[in-house]
Amino acid sequence: MGLEDLNHNFLTGQLENLVKWARYNSMWPATFGLACCAIEMMSAGAADFDLARFGMEVFRASPRQADLMIVAGRVSQKMAPVLRQVYDQMMEPKWVISMGVCASSGGMFNNYAIVQGVDQIVPVDVYAPGCPPGPETLIHAILTLHEAVRTGELTKRRERSGQGAELTVADQTVRSMPTKTGITAIRPYAAAKEGGSE
Amino acid sequence: MGIFDGLKGFKVTLKQIAEPRVTGQYPKVKRPKPPRFHGRHVLNRYEDGMEKCIGCELCAAVCPARCIHVRGRDNSPDDPVSPGERFGYVYEINYLRCIHCDLCVEACPTEAITESKLFEFSFTNRQDAIYTKHELVVDDEGMPQQLPWEDWREGDADLTSGWMRATAAQGRPEFGGVVQWSSELGFGERAPEMGQSELEESKASPVFSLRDILADKIFIRHGGNVR
Repeated sequence: MGLEDLNHNFLTGQLENLVKWARYNSMWPATFGLACCAIEMMSAGAADFDLARFGMEVFRASPRQADLMIVAGRVSQKMAPVLRQVYDQMMEPKWVISMGVCASSGGMFNNYAIVQGVDQIVPVDVYAPGCPPGPETLIHAILTLHEAVRTGELTKRRERSGQGAELTVADQTVRSMPTKTGITAIRPYAAAKEGGSE
Repeated sequence: MGIFDGLKGFKVTLKQIAEPRVTGQYPKVKRPKPPRFHGRHVLNRYEDGMEKCIGCELCAAVCPARCIHVRGRDNSPDDPVSPGERFGYVYEINYLRCIHCDLCVEACPTEAITESKLFEFSFTNRQDAIYTKHELVVDDEGMPQQLPWEDWREGDADLTSGWMRATAAQGRPEFGGVVQWSSELGFGERAPEMGQSELEESKASPVFSLRDILADKIFIRHGGNVR
């Protein structure tokens, strides 16, 4: 006796899809606002942009109850171990959005005090550019992350690397992830670089 | 203690029920951008398709975040890329460093680099964030390329334009201190506009017609004819 005998009384599907659906529809961000980007992050959570529409308006102060870390602002060398500890305390599966240019690459603070890219400390899933990114840019980054969780690209990557905390800066699979427009985001990257007149 | 005392606490809440909603439904609709919004860059071209960039690296020199990488190369006489002697052979902007300060637009002597109004984009890896010349340069109609990880909507490209710098544009002394649109492929040459402190009137509407009225005013003040 199989599922065929049940005569349309049940919907069948993969449990994994349900889990993914639950994951991307109720991400709980850990609060990690470090600088001016946090103001835009608060704005995204407030009434004008209302992250509650995506089920994630409460920024958790407790890392155990969070699964998304939005690093908003510049990370100083002194803050780096704290950030890593908060990340380690979060439960799997967990994701990181690097919000703003300072978190992503140090931005204009190219000096000894600022970590030049938070992906040196934690694996970053989505980068939001801008100084600071507007609430729309942050929401765009969050929706990109939702899409990545929904298509399962991120969990596949985690399975392959064996642990979530491993640093994978440039990942080919995530790079060719289909985007919302349905076009595969493959870049004609640096064709001019080959014979650059350096 | 009356029975309605409990309702007093809800006074503000109940009053707000009738108020209109303020939440912007971002993924469905985009907020209109201010006229001078700084977004992703574009590299402009002339009407004949020649690139405006001459590879002088002034934008890279002025960039406070050091996010621009330019290398120039001599034009070949048979197949020139730009009208000048040299052209920008390598042009890369790292959007994980760019702070959208528009200093590169101010520095550019040929109005080659301007900023569009697009700000809704994000990357899943660092390679995507480095825009090469192939992605920055406008297409044959003068419109910016719409890359798959960017959120372009219908009509966004119409708002895209080179906002001219605050210094005397195109080297014309009569426009000293007057802000001006650059002349662009796809948009033509636009009339100059008022300074930022006098822009209160046009703040209410991002529509171009009001801007054109303002532009006419200032055009007449500087002895020009109304278009």
